[in-house]
Amino acid sequence: MSDPIPYARPAPGTQPPLDSPAYRSTQGRAPLLAPIRAPHTLTETSSPRLSPLHYPAQADMSVHNGKAAMGERIIVAGRVLDEAGRPVANSMVEVWQANSAGRYHHVRDDHDAPLDPNFEGHARIFTDAEGRYRFTTIRPGAYPWRNHHNAWRPVHIHFALFGQGYAQRMITQMYFPGDPLLALDPIFNTTADEAARQRLIASFDLGVTEPEWALGYRFDITLRGPAATPFEEGDHP
Amino acid sequence: MATAHQTAGPYWHMIDFPAWADLLRADGPNAGAEGERIVIEGTITDGDGALVTDAMVEIWHADPAGRYDAAFQGFGRCATNAEGRFRFVTLKPGPVPGRGNTLQAPHVQIAIFARGLLSHLTTRLYFAGEPLNETDPLLGLVPAERRATLMAEPVSPGTWQLDIRLRGGAETVFLDI
Repeated sequence: MSDPIPYARPAPGTQPPLDSPAYRSTQGRAPLLAPIRAPHTLTETSSPRLSPLHYPAQADMSVHNGKAAMGERIIVAGRVLDEAGRPVANSMVEVWQANSAGRYHHVRDDHDAPLDPNFEGHARIFTDAEGRYRFTTIRPGAYPWRNHHNAWRPVHIHFALFGQGYAQRMITQMYFPGDPLLALDPIFNTTADEAARQRLIASFDLGVTEPEWALGYRFDITLRGPAATPFEEGDHP
Repeated sequence: MATAHQTAGPYWHMIDFPAWADLLRADGPNAGAEGERIVIEGTITDGDGALVTDAMVEIWHADPAGRYDAAFQGFGRCATNAEGRFRFVTLKPGPVPGRGNTLQAPHVQIAIFARGLLSHLTTRLYFAGEPLNETDPLLGLVPAERRATLMAEPVSPGTWQLDIRLRGGAETVFLDI
């Protein structure tokens, strides 16, 4: 059996370091020891094939039990590609977020902002053959957190992606353009590379916007692609 | 350039579906799959030894014949509970081909997402006493004195326990994949 093609390693600075003291919670949880670099085997290059048959799609968070959620309705759309530009097709994407007042429908969120009975704040969609996805939601609100004095998270939507190999598995956050909180946010700013940070910010897109209905934002996601030169076990660059 | 990871945060439970921890559930993709039924359980602790009660644990493993491309989907998700515990029900995986005509011992890939983890942690669970552990290529890369952090122990027939320490102490071996 021929060896599977490994995935490329991230360029320096393009991923957030686990040990990031400005994000206080890392200090009790980030490992102290360096991880062992593991050659990619079928375990890392295979991925669960999750089908809407068993994981039903739900692409509209703006309506719950037939009632409209409060807030500004928006559409978020984009493509999921790998670093070689290949579409990540038929792949499950999970999203979740706070409501328009900045509160999660979550038992542990005690922020003094109203819950919306018509907003739960999670969705599940599948990319198409071209890697495209699309969902409808409510623009989430900013909310305070206790990381430091007067700390507020910028407006964001969480995304969880599977890809086609488990080494592509990732959770990220989509931010909104022009948010003044981005410059102050320790989580966003842990990624050193400016271009990598900017890619976490969606762009307003009139093509995604639907007349008389909802503003549209585009958020494209890139998963790891194949390593440029296949290498032998123990020969990681 | 691949998109940067960001933490799952404290509110990831909005995508917690407790049924997913049972990979053999009647309405799931593996209903009726045959093999050796096992339970995988353990506790997650942090750098202070405190229980981690808000983590999302995912597993990914091969089917009983060691295949990833067959019908069986060895994927599960479980939230750690108030005691920091996770628990999965699944089928024991078989040996999986490794690189260069090697054979990997039966193993379960584990991903841990949580507040305070800017990207998820990856580790593996191996089954103590498995003869192939002696020649497993990945275990061979792990210093001998740390291998026990990857080794699940049988605590009752069919139930395997692996406790995970995120930081400090007998810190679990995490993998850069």
